[in-house]
Amino acid sequence: MGYSKDQLLVRLKELQIDFSQYEHPVVLTVEAQAKYVGNMGGALSKNLFLKDKKNRYYIVSALGDTKVDLKVLSQRLGLGKGGLRMAPEETLVEILQVPLGCVTPFAVVNESARHVSLLLDQGFRTHERCFFHPLSNDMSISLDACGLDNFLKSIGRDPSYVDLEANPPVGKDQPPDLAAYVPSVSTVLPDLPEKAPSSQNSIGNHVSAAINSAAVTAKVVKPAGNVQNVKEKSVNGVRPLFPAADVGKFVEQLLDRASALLLSEISEDSIKQHGGQLGAEVANNIKKCLREDLKNLATIFKNTAYTEGFYTGTHYQPKRL
Amino acid sequence: MEKKEGYLQEEEQVVNPWEVSAKDGGKIDYDKLIDKFGCQRLDQSFVDRVQRLTSRPPHVFLRRGVFFAHRDLNEILDAYERGDKFYLYTGRGPSSEALHLGHLIPFMFTKYLQDAFKVPLVIQLTDDEKCMWKNLSVEESQRLARENAKDIIACGFDISKTFIFSDFDYVGGAFYKNMVKVAKCVTYNKAVPSFPSSFPHLFSGKDDLRCLIPCAIDQDPYFRMTRDVAPRIGYHKPALIESLFFPALQGETGKMSASDPNSAIYVTDSAKDIKNKVNKHAFTGGQESIEKHRQYGANLEVDIPIKYLNFFLEDDAELEHIKKEYGAGRMLTGEVKKRLIEVLTELVERHRRARAAVTDEMVDAFMAVRPLPNMFD
Repeated sequence: MGYSKDQLLVRLKELQIDFSQYEHPVVLTVEAQAKYVGNMGGALSKNLFLKDKKNRYYIVSALGDTKVDLKVLSQRLGLGKGGLRMAPEETLVEILQVPLGCVTPFAVVNESARHVSLLLDQGFRTHERCFFHPLSNDMSISLDACGLDNFLKSIGRDPSYVDLEANPPVGKDQPPDLAAYVPSVSTVLPDLPEKAPSSQNSIGNHVSAAINSAAVTAKVVKPAGNVQNVKEKSVNGVRPLFPAADVGKFVEQLLDRASALLLSEISEDSIKQHGGQLGAEVANNIKKCLREDLKNLATIFKNTAYTEGFYTGTHYQPKRL
Repeated sequence: MEKKEGYLQEEEQVVNPWEVSAKDGGKIDYDKLIDKFGCQRLDQSFVDRVQRLTSRPPHVFLRRGVFFAHRDLNEILDAYERGDKFYLYTGRGPSSEALHLGHLIPFMFTKYLQDAFKVPLVIQLTDDEKCMWKNLSVEESQRLARENAKDIIACGFDISKTFIFSDFDYVGGAFYKNMVKVAKCVTYNKAVPSFPSSFPHLFSGKDDLRCLIPCAIDQDPYFRMTRDVAPRIGYHKPALIESLFFPALQGETGKMSASDPNSAIYVTDSAKDIKNKVNKHAFTGGQESIEKHRQYGANLEVDIPIKYLNFFLEDDAELEHIKKEYGAGRMLTGEVKKRLIEVLTELVERHRRARAAVTDEMVDAFMAVRPLPNMFD
């Protein structure tokens, strides 16, 4: 049910993200990975899957050399001391839908990982290329931070980098500097012995019951390659706005197109040629050139908004009388 | 007048939905084809009429004669003028994940028809057929159908007027009843979507609704059978509007083929791929040397870049200019190819961006059996 390595690679190519791929025997540790790609000109990453006491999950992706202190991180997130620990193995498969030893920033492409927070080491930015597993431990891909950003943006994630080694004081007058990275919705897995739903975020509550059949069965036609998740699990959380449904971004796209065309239409030559009539001339050209383009953008926006409404409508739970 | 359908193998050129080849490796004689099939030419008066009725410039495919033949289009337009609308039907057999530009042509044109006439559209994905004939598993055909649906949606169809369905999901109920009425074996379910009663959630009570099918001309024999059956079951014959073949990069001796990646430009090709394919594989009508070229000019009849520009370069004036200069030998093949690469790259880029915006939820919504209250607005 989760994304497969091949699907990810196709997606990266579609987005024209430059990356190199290296196949190797399955590796479970950074040291083992280093044996195969350690000398390929990219920095290795270590990836931790963490969980706090309120069932919120985090991927911390760092350079191999970066020291990551879970106690410090826990405080910086506002979880107190010792609020963070390594997530149990089953959750790797359930939430990230990757095998053991395969935690990777790319795992957030999966619907089930929608509410997993992603912390990226700012050290990635200073290296030309860094290695990550592409959802499978028999391959490593190297790409630059820009490429990773583009991918994350394409799935509606804001890529942000953190100084993981910093240890700022946290106290009454110094709020935890990474508090923004704590997910607003926790992830509950029905099979695991968790607390009763009443302790959770109320939105997550209603939606989880509804999601089980409709949304998940809609995804039933994922390729057979993913053998791990045989049963379909329901996961808390509403699928957030896909970029295109954002009114602000939509308007920016329209304005970008229009102003680019405007700039190209107004030049010394065109001013000389049309003089006072330049306004009318440009207005005409803009309409002619932009009409179809803007209609296409608007159709995408319309379809996305309709889809959100449709999704919400089909998951609507009528009040019980 | 309907010609009896018969095999064309004994004639010089072979055109049927399974096989396309020209006589002795030359080019396809479309006039002969229209004659053999018995459909009508789509002349300028039709194009003008469409422009009048829709109050907008006709699509580039109409202006350039890409959609060049029809059956009963005049009836559709007559009815439309009287206020009787119609619905569109087109489809795809999802046999592979890779779509090339040739596949997109009918969808691009259908989108224009939907926008211009403000009519609903049903799109059929014949996953069951592909499952049987291409020996794919059921799951794989269904998966391909959904993947293809994303590319189709990326062509810009309006979700409030479009119903996409796969045979595996939708066959049953009213649709199946029509299949049995048609009394042919299941592979001929291409007939059934032309009957409005196959979609009770959309066209209930509208048995009189006409259907227009945009397709490539090699689909004509399939729909001839449908047109034969329709009146016997009490429906209008579906009308057809038919296109030329989109030639393969290597020349107009046949169709593009999914099995030869260099015969076509795929929607997943990068700018680099497109540049390579056009530069290395496009068959040109340019002369062997620059001197000869300047003297004799290019053979526009067989030149693939010119043919492709005919499909995709929107600006009529620019195309005329290129044809004139290239035909006279003043413009070189390299320049024409360069322009083509620009045009194709922009097209493919736009498609990719649109496709990136198509989520699984959107596919679900397009494929949901739901009413379309605004379908004629």
